[in-house]
Amino acid sequence: MAVVFEKTKMLTDAVFHYCPGCTHGVIHRLVAEVIEEMGLQEKAVGVAPVGCAVFAYNYFNCDMFEAAHGRAPAVATGIKRSRPDACVFTYQGDGDLASIGAAEIVHAAHRGEKITTIFVNNAIYGMTGGQMAPTTLVGQKTTTSPYGRDEAWCGKPIRVSEMLATIEGAAYIERVALNTNANIIKAKKAIRKAFECQMSGKGFAMVEVLSTCPTNWGLSPVEAMKWLEENMIPYYPLGVFKDKTKEGE
Amino acid sequence: MAQILMKGNEAIAEAAIRAGCRFFFGYPITPQTEVPEYMSARMPEIGGCYLQAESEVAAINMVYGAAGSGVRVMTSSSSPGVSLKQEGISYIAASELPCVVINVMRGGPGLGSIQASQGDYFQATKGGGHGDYHLIVLAPSSVQEAIDLMGTAFDLADKYRNPAMILADGIIGQMMEPVELPEMKEYKVDPEKKPWAATGWKPGDKKQRAVINSLYITTEELTELNERLQARYAEIEKNEARWETYNMDGAEFVIAAYGTVSRICKAAIDELKQEGINVGLVRPITLWPFPKQAVRDAVMADGVKACLTVELNAGQMVEDVRLAVNGAKPVEFFGHAGSLMPTAEEVKEQIKRMREE
Ligand SMILES: Cc1ncc(C[n+]2csc(CCOP(=O)(O)OP(=O)(O)O)c2C)c(N)n1
Ligand code: SF4
Ligand SMILES: [Mg+2]
Repeated sequence: MAVVFEKTKMLTDAVFHYCPGCTHGVIHRLVAEVIEEMGLQEKAVGVAPVGCAVFAYNYFNCDMFEAAHGRAPAVATGIKRSRPDACVFTYQGDGDLASIGAAEIVHAAHRGEKITTIFVNNAIYGMTGGQMAPTTLVGQKTTTSPYGRDEAWCGKPIRVSEMLATIEGAAYIERVALNTNANIIKAKKAIRKAFECQMSGKGFAMVEVLSTCPTNWGLSPVEAMKWLEENMIPYYPLGVFKDKTKEGE
Repeated sequence: MAQILMKGNEAIAEAAIRAGCRFFFGYPITPQTEVPEYMSARMPEIGGCYLQAESEVAAINMVYGAAGSGVRVMTSSSSPGVSLKQEGISYIAASELPCVVINVMRGGPGLGSIQASQGDYFQATKGGGHGDYHLIVLAPSSVQEAIDLMGTAFDLADKYRNPAMILADGIIGQMMEPVELPEMKEYKVDPEKKPWAATGWKPGDKKQRAVINSLYITTEELTELNERLQARYAEIEKNEARWETYNMDGAEFVIAAYGTVSRICKAAIDELKQEGINVGLVRPITLWPFPKQAVRDAVMADGVKACLTVELNAGQMVEDVRLAVNGAKPVEFFGHAGSLMPTAEEVKEQIKRMREE
C-alpha cells in the first residue's frame, strides 16, 4: 500500500490537550512540518510559554524548554547565544508576549536576536479561563471585561506586528490567519520564511497567527472562525510588515 | 604565581572566567557594576559571551537558557536587582540547572542605599523566590576568598545541578586587595556528564530529547520533584558545610559573623586579647548549607558563656545560630541595619557588657 500522508516526525505521539476547534493544534502542525521539511530537527530547540501552549514541550519532538510567563524570548536568547548553530524558536500567546513579556520580546527584536517567534494571538487569556488580554478588542466581553473592553479605561488593543516592525533588529514580521485553506498555506510559508530568516542569520523573525479560542469566546469552532474574520482581521490586518530577507539579493 | 592588586568585583569576574564561565548576562547596578563592565571587556578577548540584558528579569532567564545548554553561565547584581531575579532563580532551581548568581549586597529595603549591607541573608538562604528550594550560598570575607569560592560555586552547581550564589557585601565588591588568581580553565560541555542538557537531539539517539522544565501538573509528579530536591538538599547539608574558626582556645565568648563583618570582629578579638579577654570566632563560609554543627560545637565548647552574632543588618543569621544552639546557651545579637558598619570598638563594648551580666 502506498503511503499518501504521514504525520510529521517533529510532533511526538502525545495527544494534544487543546479544546476542540482550537487553532493552537493547527499552528503546532505547521511549525513542526516546516522544521522537518527544512531538515532542522536535530538543531531545533523550542521554548514553550505559560499559556494554553504550556505543554508544547510534550508535543514538539526536539529539545524543549518551558519558560516562565513572558520570558521565552530571554530564555531563547540564552540558548541561542550558547549554541549559535541551533535553530531556536519561541511559541507564545498574546498574554505571554504582549503583556507580561512585552519587554522581553521588544528587546529580543531590538538586539536582532536570531530566533523565530510564533505569536498566537487569540485576543484572550485562554489558559486562565478567558480574561482580558492587551489584544482583546474594544467592546469584547471577557471575564475581566464583563461589560466589554472599555477603550477609555483600558486603551485600545496592541498591534504587536506593527509595533515590532518599527524595530531595526526585526528582520521578518508577518501576520497570518488560518480561516481559509489558502491562508493556512500562506501561514506555513510565513513560518518557513521566519525560520529561513533565522538560519541565514538575518535577525529576529516573528509570525503572528490570529487564532481562535472557541471555549473562552463562548462560540462554536465555526462561529469562532467567523468572529475572527469579522472582528479580528479588520483590526489586525494580515500581511508582511517587515522583510529584510530580500535585502542584498 | 605573583600577587596582584585587584578590586573585588573585577576579581570575581576574572575568577569566574578562570573557572570556565564563558557566558555572562547582567544589568548595571551599584555596587556590582564592575562585574558586567569587566566581563564586557574580557569575554570578547576569550571568545566568550557578555550580553547586557534589558533587565535583571531577562538576565536570569537568559541564564536559564544557557544553563539548559549545559555551559557554565553566571549573572551578577545587587539587592534590588536580585529581588527581580527571584522568579527566574526559582525556575532554575526547580528545573535542576546549575548556574552562579552573584549578589553584592547593598542597603535595603526598597531602593535603600549603595553602601554595603548583609540585608539579603534571609532572601539568599531561605529560598528567596516561591516554593521549597535552596541555593548553595557562599559568603567570602576577602577578595582572595571571593576568587577561591568562584571555582567552588561552579563546581558545586554542576555537581548538584543546583544554582549557587556568592553573597558578598558591597565592601568585598569595592575593596582592593592583593590576590593570587587560579589558572585558566576551559570548560567543555560533556553530554555524557550532562545528559539532561539541550545539546541537540534526533530520533533514534540513545539519550532522550532534553526537556528543561519545572511544570509538574499532577500532585504525584510535583511531590516526586520535591522529594528529589529535598534529598539533594540533605546531601548538600551533609557534605558541603564550610566554616572557619578563630581563636577558639580558652574562649569565654564566641562571636558568629560572616563576610566583611567577620574581619571587624577578628580585629575586636585581637584587641580584646591584648586586654586579657579571650573571645573566639566562628565564621560560616557557606550560609546555606548553614554549618549548624560547627556553630553549635563552637558555642557549646567548655568555658564559652554565650554567643554574640554580629551582622550588618537587623539580625538575620542570628536566627540560624539560635536554631543551632537550640537554647543551650544565650545567643545575643549586635548589628545595624541601614549600611552603618559595626566597628571593632562597638563589638568590644558588647563583649564587655556581656561579661558583666
Ligand atoms: C507570573 C505569572 N502570572 C500569571 C500567571 C497565570 N497565567 C497563566 S497563563 C496566563 C495567560 C495566558 O494567556 P495567553 O498568553 O494569551 O495564552 P493562551 O492561553 O491564550 O494561549 C496567565 C495570566 C502565571 N502562570 N505566571
Ligand atoms: S482555552 Fe482557548 S486557546 Fe486554550 S486550548 Fe481551549 S480553545 Fe484553545
Ligand atoms: Mg491568548
